[in-house]
Amino acid sequence: MTVDMSQFYQVFFDETEELLAEMEKLLLAIDIAAPDDEDLNAIFRAAHSIKGGAGTFGITDLTDITHVLETLLDLLRKGEMALTAEHVDAFLEAKDILKMQLDGHRLHTAVDHAAVARVRARLQALSREPHGAATQKSLSAAPAAGMRHFQIDLPAMPRADSDALAGELGRLGRLVASMDADGHARFMLDTAQDSGAILDICTFLVAAEDVRITELAAAARPAGPDALTAAEADQGYGFFEPMNEAQLAGSPLLAARAEAAQGYGFFSPLSEFSTAGAAHGHPDAAGAATAVDAHGDESAGIVADDKRAGARRDTEKTAGSESTSIRVSVEKVDQLINLVGELVITQAMIEQRTDALDPLLYERLMNSVSQLTRNTRDLQEAVMSIRMMPMEYVFSRFPRMVRDLAGKLGKKVEFVTSGAATELDKGLIERIVDPLTHLVRNSIDHGIEMPAQRSAAGKGETGRLSLSASHAGGNIVIEVTDDGAGLSRERILAKAREQGLAVSDAMADAEVWQLIFAPGFSTAEVVTDISGRGVGMDVVKRNIGAMGGAVDIRSARGFGTTISISLPLTLAILDGMSVRVGEEIYILPLGYVVESLQPDAADLKDISGQGRVIRVRGEYLPLIALHDLFNITPQYRDPAAGILVILESEGKRAALFVDELVGQQQVVVKNLESNYRKVPGISGATILGDGGVSLIIDVAALLRTNRQGADEASLTI
Amino acid sequence: MENSTTTTTTAAGNQAMGVKGFGNKSGAEATGNEFLAFTLGREEYGIDILKVQEIRGYEQVTRIANAPEFVKGVVNLRGIIVPIVDMRIKFELGEPTYDQFTVVIILNIGGRIMGMVVDSVSDVITLQPEQVKPAPAMGTAFNTDYLIGLGTLDERMLILIDIDKLMSSSEMGLIEQAIS
Repeated sequence: MTVDMSQFYQVFFDETEELLAEMEKLLLAIDIAAPDDEDLNAIFRAAHSIKGGAGTFGITDLTDITHVLETLLDLLRKGEMALTAEHVDAFLEAKDILKMQLDGHRLHTAVDHAAVARVRARLQALSREPHGAATQKSLSAAPAAGMRHFQIDLPAMPRADSDALAGELGRLGRLVASMDADGHARFMLDTAQDSGAILDICTFLVAAEDVRITELAAAARPAGPDALTAAEADQGYGFFEPMNEAQLAGSPLLAARAEAAQGYGFFSPLSEFSTAGAAHGHPDAAGAATAVDAHGDESAGIVADDKRAGARRDTEKTAGSESTSIRVSVEKVDQLINLVGELVITQAMIEQRTDALDPLLYERLMNSVSQLTRNTRDLQEAVMSIRMMPMEYVFSRFPRMVRDLAGKLGKKVEFVTSGAATELDKGLIERIVDPLTHLVRNSIDHGIEMPAQRSAAGKGETGRLSLSASHAGGNIVIEVTDDGAGLSRERILAKAREQGLAVSDAMADAEVWQLIFAPGFSTAEVVTDISGRGVGMDVVKRNIGAMGGAVDIRSARGFGTTISISLPLTLAILDGMSVRVGEEIYILPLGYVVESLQPDAADLKDISGQGRVIRVRGEYLPLIALHDLFNITPQYRDPAAGILVILESEGKRAALFVDELVGQQQVVVKNLESNYRKVPGISGATILGDGGVSLIIDVAALLRTNRQGADEASLTI
Repeated sequence: MENSTTTTTTAAGNQAMGVKGFGNKSGAEATGNEFLAFTLGREEYGIDILKVQEIRGYEQVTRIANAPEFVKGVVNLRGIIVPIVDMRIKFELGEPTYDQFTVVIILNIGGRIMGMVVDSVSDVITLQPEQVKPAPAMGTAFNTDYLIGLGTLDERMLILIDIDKLMSSSEMGLIEQAIS
């Protein structure tokens, strides 16, 4: 019986692709002057995994390149050769070759064999270079002047947890750990970091309030750990060496024990410990031996140094990548999300029905129902989070692009990202890549000036391009910011006139910037040198619009440009405000709702031919009566009797007149077009708690259509 | 003519028919095609039973703003949003009354689910190909383009509608028409 290997190919391809991406990320982040051993190891492992996988499937061209790569990486990580920029370039090139070969196998695209041979030769040449220039990286440098000494007291925890913590804390600096019989762990840490960093690590496993971090004065710090780690380092990987007591003598471990004997002051204030430490910090060997004897039943101390922590991390990582994730098809996840959506609706129905019951008679039923409500919410959140992916997935592809593009154009660009952990729906994340690529490319190409130009303008030669993601209400906001020349108002207006667009010099900046999104507003010959954006910007805007998002531009001449994209978190569920008009209930996406108010009759003004406006805090907003728009017989025809909901989209505001606010709830968005057609002013439908259908108002479109008619009505006094 | 108005799924019937491989107009089988007979006003109509998903009573709909009058609105059919059209309004046949006897035929047209309000549903009849005559170019509210023909069974005459074609037509406006 033969095993069908083809089913594993896809997994191999996916994994290799991920490994290559990881490799590239590490390579770009690596500090050439002082490469982190761990990073080199990670790159080596990636190359090694690819080689192993390719070998299994008999894909020899991949194994060939990875083998050469691995040989060179091995020299580097053993410190037999110093890392140079040339190496990094060669590695990046090799990564591209591997990707090309991978695509060749997977997608049957063409493979450039000449390039493969060239890169192979280059890697081989590099690995043959004399090793004389190698700088032996010292495994543990002497404590620098900036080192601080901390004592960390932890509550009782399993040994495995404290070991894991010791490993993590070991990354920060030099660590000596001890644990007493009932599981209280105490770490002594020498690090350049502050207590916040330590706390951050500890809170992975224990509650922040249970951790006590005290900084020790340098004098109080026993000299022990240095000698100890030095001795241990010599012995290589001595995990739990039998204690050589003489060396342990001065260790804080024993100081702690000695102190414990004095009344078990584990959570004693710092000063007390310092005194105790000073008193017992340098006992003679005999005294220490006594102390050990006296507390012989205590568990042995854990001693960790950088090297060992590193070794453990290796095993953790390998084990982790194998067992902590599974691949599931998107359809399955979507089905799950749909089912949970139904469950939420059913749960809401039950809740509504029980509301009518006598709470005294049905107390237990009520309790169960409220528990069901909580559980359903949790389940829904958990299921929704499956589809969420960090923005890292998108951001990670830009450093390379920025590096290459800046190099090609002869510009100096510093690339910064923030908020890479912000999560976004998978469907959206895949569709945001292209528009973002476009914007980043534009920023480098047209936004950031040449170094000479920048110096002349009194700016640093290196331009700064930042990509950030953050949450704002129900939306995620992604911003591409450069500190380049900014948009040129005059040139855009001139170009717009040339194109026959209706423009005037009195237009607000924000409206001028929006012009570059006009279809066919190609700036190839006009705006390029100074600011030129707009190459395909209409496509960017359209793509983002299709995702339910909006694009906004802020720009200041000489100071740069920010393009801000705001997207809904997910398309499937939204927070809605339900409003009533006449007999009908409509849902307003909460993200657009600014506030709601009962207007004063005096604030309402008629503008002949333009409809009505309402004054809200000095600003006149157009009034949209929902009952007029949807031909409903309303309860109130006078806005002063009903409620106005102030809506905002794409920087425009309007007041929507409804009869009553009903409530606020999460709704599952259903597509109206799957069985019917698109309805103007309606973005979708949802099912209410009573099983009825309610329509969701397309606020962005509502404000857009309204703007065309009554733009002039929005005036500021 | 009168029948019960409760929900009756015809899924079982669909399957049985499906096994025999009945097409809309094939009609070559000795056993003939099955049609669901319903009334609009005083006229009796028939549609291919394979297009019918289920039959339900009329329930409260959610009105769609600015939609044509015959589009009553949408309902929640087990989590699916389904539009409901009233054939009596569309073709000006009979008085549109909504009570416990009003019937909605839920159709599945190429994967799209929609509901059709009729006065009543009578029965499922089997017509042999020779019982179906071409429709004359006049005499019904429907454009003959949407008719399969006229079916005769004993004393009854059924107007057989090509429901696929009708519901997908721009005249109904239920499906977004591709902009040419």
